[in-house]
Amino acid sequence: MNLSMKWLGDYVKADMPIKDFCHALTMSGSKVECYEKEGSNISNVVVGKILSKGPHENADALFVCQVDIGAEAPIQIVTNAKNVKEGDLVPVALDGAVLPEGKIKKCKMRGVESFGMFCGIDTLGLTIHDFPYADPEGVFVIEEDCKLGEDIHTAIGLDDTSVEFEITSNRPDCLSVIGLARETAATYGTELNVKAPEFKGVDGDINAMLKVDIHNTEKCQRYCAGIVRNVKIGPSPRWMRERLRASGVRPINNFVDITNYVMLEYGQPMHAFDLRYVEGAHINVRNAKNGEKIMTLDGVERELTEDMLVIADEKKPVAVAGIMGGEYSGIMTDTTTVVFESAYFEPTQVRRTSKALRLKSDASSRYEKGVDRLISMTCLKRAFQLVEELGAGEVLNTVIDCDYTDKTPATVDFSAEWINSFLGTDISEADMIKYLERLDFKVENGMVIAPSFRIDIGCKADIAEEVARIYGYNNIPSTDFRGVARAEFTDEQKFVRTLRNTAVALGGYEIATYSFVSPKYFDKIKLPADSKLRKVVKIVNPLGEDTSVMRTSTIPSMLDVLSFNYNNRNEKACLFEISKEYIPASEEKPFINGDTLANNGKQKHQYSYSLPDEPQRLTIGMYGGESDFYTLKGMIEQILAELKIDDVEYVRANDNDIFDEKYALHPGRSAVILKDETPLGIMGEVHPEVQETYEIGVKTYVAKLNIPELMSAAAEKITYQPLPKFPATTRDLSLLVDEDMPVAELEKAIKNAIGKILEKVTLFDVYRSDDMKNNGKKSIAYSISMRSHEGTLTDEQADGAMKRVLKALNAIGAELRG
Amino acid sequence: MKEQLEKIEALAKQELNSCTEIKALDDLRIKFLGKKGELTAILKQMGQLSAEERPVIGQLANKVRADIEEALSSKLASLKANAQAAKLAEEKIDITLPGKHSPFGKLHPLTKVENEIREIFIGMGFNIADGPEIDDDYHVFEALNLPPDHPARDTQDTFYIEGTNESVLLRTQTSSVQVHVMENQKPPIRIISPGRVFRSDAVDATHSPLFHQIEGLVVDKGITMSDLKGTLEMLMKKLYGNDCKLRFRPHHFPFTEPSCEVDISCFNCGGKGCSMCKDEGYIELLGAGMVHPKVLENCGIDSNEYSGFAFGLGLERMVMGRYDINDLRLLYENDVRFLEQF
Repeated sequence: MNLSMKWLGDYVKADMPIKDFCHALTMSGSKVECYEKEGSNISNVVVGKILSKGPHENADALFVCQVDIGAEAPIQIVTNAKNVKEGDLVPVALDGAVLPEGKIKKCKMRGVESFGMFCGIDTLGLTIHDFPYADPEGVFVIEEDCKLGEDIHTAIGLDDTSVEFEITSNRPDCLSVIGLARETAATYGTELNVKAPEFKGVDGDINAMLKVDIHNTEKCQRYCAGIVRNVKIGPSPRWMRERLRASGVRPINNFVDITNYVMLEYGQPMHAFDLRYVEGAHINVRNAKNGEKIMTLDGVERELTEDMLVIADEKKPVAVAGIMGGEYSGIMTDTTTVVFESAYFEPTQVRRTSKALRLKSDASSRYEKGVDRLISMTCLKRAFQLVEELGAGEVLNTVIDCDYTDKTPATVDFSAEWINSFLGTDISEADMIKYLERLDFKVENGMVIAPSFRIDIGCKADIAEEVARIYGYNNIPSTDFRGVARAEFTDEQKFVRTLRNTAVALGGYEIATYSFVSPKYFDKIKLPADSKLRKVVKIVNPLGEDTSVMRTSTIPSMLDVLSFNYNNRNEKACLFEISKEYIPASEEKPFINGDTLANNGKQKHQYSYSLPDEPQRLTIGMYGGESDFYTLKGMIEQILAELKIDDVEYVRANDNDIFDEKYALHPGRSAVILKDETPLGIMGEVHPEVQETYEIGVKTYVAKLNIPELMSAAAEKITYQPLPKFPATTRDLSLLVDEDMPVAELEKAIKNAIGKILEKVTLFDVYRSDDMKNNGKKSIAYSISMRSHEGTLTDEQADGAMKRVLKALNAIGAELRG
Repeated sequence: MKEQLEKIEALAKQELNSCTEIKALDDLRIKFLGKKGELTAILKQMGQLSAEERPVIGQLANKVRADIEEALSSKLASLKANAQAAKLAEEKIDITLPGKHSPFGKLHPLTKVENEIREIFIGMGFNIADGPEIDDDYHVFEALNLPPDHPARDTQDTFYIEGTNESVLLRTQTSSVQVHVMENQKPPIRIISPGRVFRSDAVDATHSPLFHQIEGLVVDKGITMSDLKGTLEMLMKKLYGNDCKLRFRPHHFPFTEPSCEVDISCFNCGGKGCSMCKDEGYIELLGAGMVHPKVLENCGIDSNEYSGFAFGLGLERMVMGRYDINDLRLLYENDVRFLEQF
């Protein structure tokens, strides 16, 4: 809402400094976004009178003028304007003048001195709509009543200030000059001065010319109509054009301008149309018929449905009620008789129709928020008052008023004590009543009666807000929290915190990525056509394909970020993210809302759709630096160690179907991490093709760990192990095994063979001599540490254990290396 | 013999004086005090002395031995000290060379600030609640007093989920968690709920289709608007220091009444007005208000018995203000050179 300060001044004292005004209104609830003094980008432009216009000695296209600017002597100006002549009043930009296009300086034009420039309408930032008589191509020849040398701002009325308000959806009454005047008066405690409009009218019976029937009195509760005959279509007067301009509305002609003027002033949309096109001179406010069509003013043909409301004549719809008129309903140059409509349409009706037709207008945006349902007739009278003031036609002194509105005002119990206890204030009852009355509320018999334009009042808290905002939110005291409340992080929150801190301690940089991704990622990570990860939650109205599906894997997001970093020439990256995947619910899971209602236990809503699961994942990604499979594995091992998750198994990702991300990984360098058969996650080197797809030029490694599974695998309690009292015995073991023997199997055999006294098995060497390579063998060396808590191990005990180890190893094809 | 002893002492001291190496000291000890040393040699001659002379010379000999030993040990100490000093001097390194680093990562700035806020609220007795990011219309809108056809729905451009007839959507506000919490917990309630929210805003320097909010909710008997003010002021003082000032402006949210927007004194100019705050002195920070009685009732809480307040903070805005980040996109691009600065 753009407010003209001059217009506001009609209704309330508005001569305070503009900054003060903006601040005060903002603090009482009408937020000012900004303000603009009109013509603030223009200076040193005055009204001048052309005394003479003669030829230029060096140029046929130029003229030399002597101009009286109210100073002692005239000044000389060179111009190319053909539309000016001796005696014309024109805007003169003097030497040093500032215009929207730039600065003006005196200069020589083809050898003749020029001390300024004549301005066209566009040079002043105006259009032909502001001054319809102006020549749009040439210099603006002023036909206003002004003095020579007068500053152009006052001369042509470029001296208003326009204030832009952000009006919240609960206060459509403030989308009007009078609404804001009321707020201004309430804020400053000054008087609001609005007079009921009146018009004289000429004798004539409207019922003989027009009939109105409302067929749906729920959706259209009031329809007022009046007639103006012998209309004179023309531009509206300057003051009206100025106010419309300051309000951000383009002046068109006197009738259109009047409807806009009343809408801006009172917040009531008005419609004016040509009686000629109302067939049968009979207006029917009715539901549209299914498939009925109307060409709206914007030139689009629209098909209507029966839940929409139209203004129709006897044959066809002439307007979509409260939204837009039909193509032929408008005022034309040959219009002689105009019908003015001022009506109340039910907000939801307008909103639904506007949404269904994808058609919005100034009128619809007001109706759908809710206009004052008792104001229709006042506004019709105001329009007619203006018609008479502008001399635009003869207004019939009879009007039609079909009124089905409920006049019962909204009332709320008034209790100053409750309001104070709710706000934490100590405001006297008398002050509260004073504040409310300034806002046109009435307080009677313990009740607050809301004015009809306040569609937002329904409970005690609403009244508390009115009191609070006029009292001043910042005058409400601040209290420290009373009472004691116990609070702590949940186990899950603590777990995630540990996970996050551990990942950081191991060198991970945390990233944040979008939850929605492009469905292209399915192919980018080589998912087969039937992969379960392709079953995604899709967004109906995404911003673009790139953000159109909820991810079922966090790994593509990680790959995107790794790629971004690689292509930004960051030579290494070690990243992690803790975030969600979105897995569509299985069909069986019923989705009932409100079944857990704490206090009343009743089911509130039932949907037939299931909400997806949103499991949390830890995703790790790295390239460059020391990154390799084992760096990543080491990081995971350390994380698992910190979480006290022991005895996990790494099995080849390729060998099972737990994680479909395996298709994105190198088949020989990827693993699924298992804890007692429960999959904890997947890790590995990114498949060379995927790496290429993501345009990463070096080997890249990613892992994904499932946080819920990690949490249930994590040991709940740490138990201290006594420090050893007896020395450990160490034996080294060098083995020759087949090349594809996983060391995990050797370790398993060693562990089982030694039993309780085993302290630690440490792999310290993997070696392949040429000879071994030729035979498909490798050498693995272990250091085995054994210790007993009962006493120092004897050589016999240690050797016995080693014998068992060798036997077990032999059984799986490992031999002692000679 | 007396002269001999005195000569030995003098000689020993002389040689000690000129000795410069710890190893040579041992040789001197053997030379003068050893079993075959000079002093021993003289003492072997003690038998030749008379009974009167023997104790005198004996005493003298002991004194000479003690003197030499003392001289030896003090010389040893001084040589050791010199050697140590020389070694230390030799071991001098360039202490301005860089240290050796273990890999150590960084938390994302969004996490850092969120953690800080979580800690503050835990300290104020607020538990931390979670809720689904993909939620239903009832929890995100309807229960929050935004029935279908409510005009305020226009201001939250919602992403809807396919195949659900617009009844499942990406939550546009963490306020939905208020409803989940109140459905499952009786007052007193004191929670915050940080999380992701989604709105159909094209990406630019200040907009993102995904951002983070931190919702707060308190419901109990006798909760007032001044409690809301006090709580937010305490939060901001903890976050931004005791000098920061808050300004409460009336606003409208369907789920609170009265509603307010809260501005904080400009980080840059402290309230005087500058280009950062567009000459306002204040920067918009969050929305808040007293929980609308309809919302309480929708969640099965008697609004005559209980009242409450709620607020919603935009995490990105706080992060950007905290670190002077001028482009929101940086937070989601995750360039390592950006991440390592926090």
